[in-house]
Amino acid sequence: MREKETTLYLGPQHPGITGNMMVKLKVAGDTIVKAETHVGYLHRAFEKLMENRTWTQCFPIVCRICVPEPDPNEENLARAIEEIEGREVPERAKYIRVMVLELARLASYQLWMGGQSGSMGLYTMPQWTVGDRDYILDLFEELTGGRIYHMYIWAGGVRRDLPDGLKGRVLNVLKYLENRLPDYDKLMFQNAMFRKRAEGVGIIPKEKAIEWGVVGSPLRGCGIKHDVRIDEPYEVYDKLEFEVPTHEGNDIWSRAMVRRQEIEQSISIIRQVLDKMPEGEYYNKIPNPLNWTIPAGDAFVKTESVRGEFGYYVVSDGSDKPRRVHVRGPAYVHGVTVLEEILKGANISDVSFIMNSLGTCPPEIER
Amino acid sequence: MAFDLKGILTPFAALSQGTKPPHTVKYPAEQKETAHRYRGMHHNDLEECIGCGTCSTICQNGAIDMIHIDGYETNNGDSGLRPRVDNGRCCWCALCVDVCPTGSLNLTSDYIYVTEDPDSFLWTPGVDNAKDGKEKLSWQSSEGKRLLDYERVPMKELEGTERVKSFAEVVLGYTEDEARKEADRCIACGICTDICPVHMHIPEYINAIARGEDDDAVRIIYDNNPLGEMCGKVCTRRCETTCAINHKGDPVAIRWLKEYVTARVKNADVIKEILNPDIAEPNGHSVGIIGAGPSGLTAAYYLALKGFDVTIYESKAHAGGMIMYGIPKYRLPLDSIDKQVDYMLSIGVKIKYNTKVGTDITFNELKEKHEAIMIGIGFEVPYPIGLTGEDAKGSIQAVNFLYNINSGINVDIGDKVAVIGGGNVAIDAARVSKRMGAEVTILYRRRVEDMPADWEEIEGAEHENVIIHPQAIPLEVISDENGKVTGVKYANAEMIADDKGGRPRPKIIEGDEHILPLTTLIGAIGQEADYSFIPDDIKEQIEISRGRIVVDENQATALPWLFATGDIANRQADAISAIADGYRAVKSIEKLLLKK
Repeated sequence: MREKETTLYLGPQHPGITGNMMVKLKVAGDTIVKAETHVGYLHRAFEKLMENRTWTQCFPIVCRICVPEPDPNEENLARAIEEIEGREVPERAKYIRVMVLELARLASYQLWMGGQSGSMGLYTMPQWTVGDRDYILDLFEELTGGRIYHMYIWAGGVRRDLPDGLKGRVLNVLKYLENRLPDYDKLMFQNAMFRKRAEGVGIIPKEKAIEWGVVGSPLRGCGIKHDVRIDEPYEVYDKLEFEVPTHEGNDIWSRAMVRRQEIEQSISIIRQVLDKMPEGEYYNKIPNPLNWTIPAGDAFVKTESVRGEFGYYVVSDGSDKPRRVHVRGPAYVHGVTVLEEILKGANISDVSFIMNSLGTCPPEIER
Repeated sequence: MAFDLKGILTPFAALSQGTKPPHTVKYPAEQKETAHRYRGMHHNDLEECIGCGTCSTICQNGAIDMIHIDGYETNNGDSGLRPRVDNGRCCWCALCVDVCPTGSLNLTSDYIYVTEDPDSFLWTPGVDNAKDGKEKLSWQSSEGKRLLDYERVPMKELEGTERVKSFAEVVLGYTEDEARKEADRCIACGICTDICPVHMHIPEYINAIARGEDDDAVRIIYDNNPLGEMCGKVCTRRCETTCAINHKGDPVAIRWLKEYVTARVKNADVIKEILNPDIAEPNGHSVGIIGAGPSGLTAAYYLALKGFDVTIYESKAHAGGMIMYGIPKYRLPLDSIDKQVDYMLSIGVKIKYNTKVGTDITFNELKEKHEAIMIGIGFEVPYPIGLTGEDAKGSIQAVNFLYNINSGINVDIGDKVAVIGGGNVAIDAARVSKRMGAEVTILYRRRVEDMPADWEEIEGAEHENVIIHPQAIPLEVISDENGKVTGVKYANAEMIADDKGGRPRPKIIEGDEHILPLTTLIGAIGQEADYSFIPDDIKEQIEISRGRIVVDENQATALPWLFATGDIANRQADAISAIADGYRAVKSIEKLLLKK
């Protein structure tokens, strides 16, 4: 006998992810027949707000587009402006930027591990990872003055040079995190429960992945090697050596394994950055920020964020304010279109689990 | 998936963590130490702050507004306002700190603030968080690179050795690129506007220059100053001393920017083309102005624009007054004055040259012809130095000397000149003498830093090898049997602190007397006005106090139809104050005659 369909509303209060959104589920028994995402809880119109702000005033805004990993926003906006304006960035600033981006990736993966485990009821993991993430936030605080919103990377370089002794403290934190990896493995990645919940769940068919616009670790979890840092290197990624891990399973498990390996890659990247970072200027000063105009032109730039390829399209009409800033984030694809597709046939208890594995980030979806 | 015993057992390894101490801070017993550049609550050094409002301008959250707080009043270089931060809107990005031109605004390590009162989120940094004085500054502008540009685009000048060979203009002027770059440094706080006697729209015209809209800038300048080019070359520029950028760097070169944008206008016709002035129909009222100096020209220009029939009576052959005859041509060339005056003539201002009131036309005749009269005659009669032997041949006065030189009359000064005085006139006389091939010494009673002359003028004189002898008090003019000056006896002085807190006074060092051999001695210790042309009955009805005609804030004397402007009415004794007087007089005259 066919089960009777009912409607179930999941969210909008943090359904296993950072930020607010709702998924309206049509379920038959505990199987999802249809999923419909509802956003609108976090719309702050940043893209529009930027059209009314001077170029410098846009920098404190963009970090809010993704709370767990704000730095790719700052870096994208800075690089887009630099590209339109033809502004040189000192080599040291590029290294510092990569260090910030990779530290942000690590911090973000800590949150992901916590969220992914939490959404299957393994609550010890978020206790650990949120605490360990704070050591990275301490570094951010020391470097940028802020723990979450760094407002640090801006056009022409970065706002402040490294404080004395920061390199050593970064290395200490990396060492600590590296030593914690076996603990995470034992509790989460080697956990039979996790494996059982993750394998074969939330499958993105490999042949559909590109068609759907999947990027980042979900795409690499389909065995497709794609990473902006390698394909179109920015800043100094072309001077660094690192692997792009892939897995073939197409499921949550594969995505998790990709991320787990990327943590090690990021640690290695930061070590290389600290080793190779040259002395010198960290900021190529912009003109008076109150009058600063950017020549008419446009630029599309992208970074490999923790959720995947993350792009900014910036248009200047030659004035002191952007004509248009469009943010093209992976969460829009993963958290809306892909999610609705792959939730079909999934179990209710796996919804948050799947959402988390896709890196769904409502603040980025809505901007 | 097969049964995974290892996968079931390994997670229990987490139990081993239970014996380890927690990583967390035990709040509230313990508080987290913030990093040294943490971005916490604001702090403002209220004494350093000048209320320029740049923090408020750059704040993208609109979290800062400028408010009046007790104890801080509007005065020169201080708006009297201080920033108030809405901590409910602030995002602690610290752009306000990085842009603060004085460095007074910084962030502290304080980050905890709990209140039930939403209004108390409005903090005036430095007032609301300075009670215990224990806040620790953390994010500070001094640490990073300032957002503003503190270095002025240098002005190219003729080399000192080149300058003294001729009367060519010393300042070469900004190129277009230099002007744009320099104009871009302005933060448009408007502090300068307050101190400018004319209240010129300084941020507006500088902004127009920065945008590349030079003609706009000219239009903005002419809105309340028809002698913009003159001011661009020789203004005393109090605006620059109060410039917000001046606190940590070089002030914006307001004067040179004005010079750039006005000097590039080739002639009077082009000025007229740019301004396209809206000249009112003749209103049938007639105004007479005595003296074609800066105040007279200013009043005449704006009155003519408003449809008045204006005639200026000028005793000399050229318009300009002190800017024509007092300022040497290497600072203000003749064609620049002509251009500005020609434009005024083209819009209907009439000037009767070589017409001295009291000699060529009586004051009463003037009174008959015009409904209102404005006196702007300036200070032309020099004070005697007050030394024995001062009337010797070769002992001359700076204003007369400069008049002769600017009129093309040759003056034989010989090869050794001493100038007595420390004002701009003294420096001008010295630099002119240098150009005539003499060896020049300035004798000044006090220290160099006490000299009332513009520091750039003093520097200019030094570059031209003028010897400045400070703390030198002249005692006697020495002359030969023919009554020709041969030297000046002077004594060195030491500076004595003033018991009443005034500036230190010079005191002659007994016995430290010297004689400086000379061919010419030039006195430059000040001037006064000659009021002999004013009939006694009029003089009785107006008040003349300490050499100046007493006027109200609208330049009106005790007689309703008589106005006084410029040096004879204000103590500033500079061109820009005279222009301000002229501009104010226009409004009074308009009020009087048009009953507006």
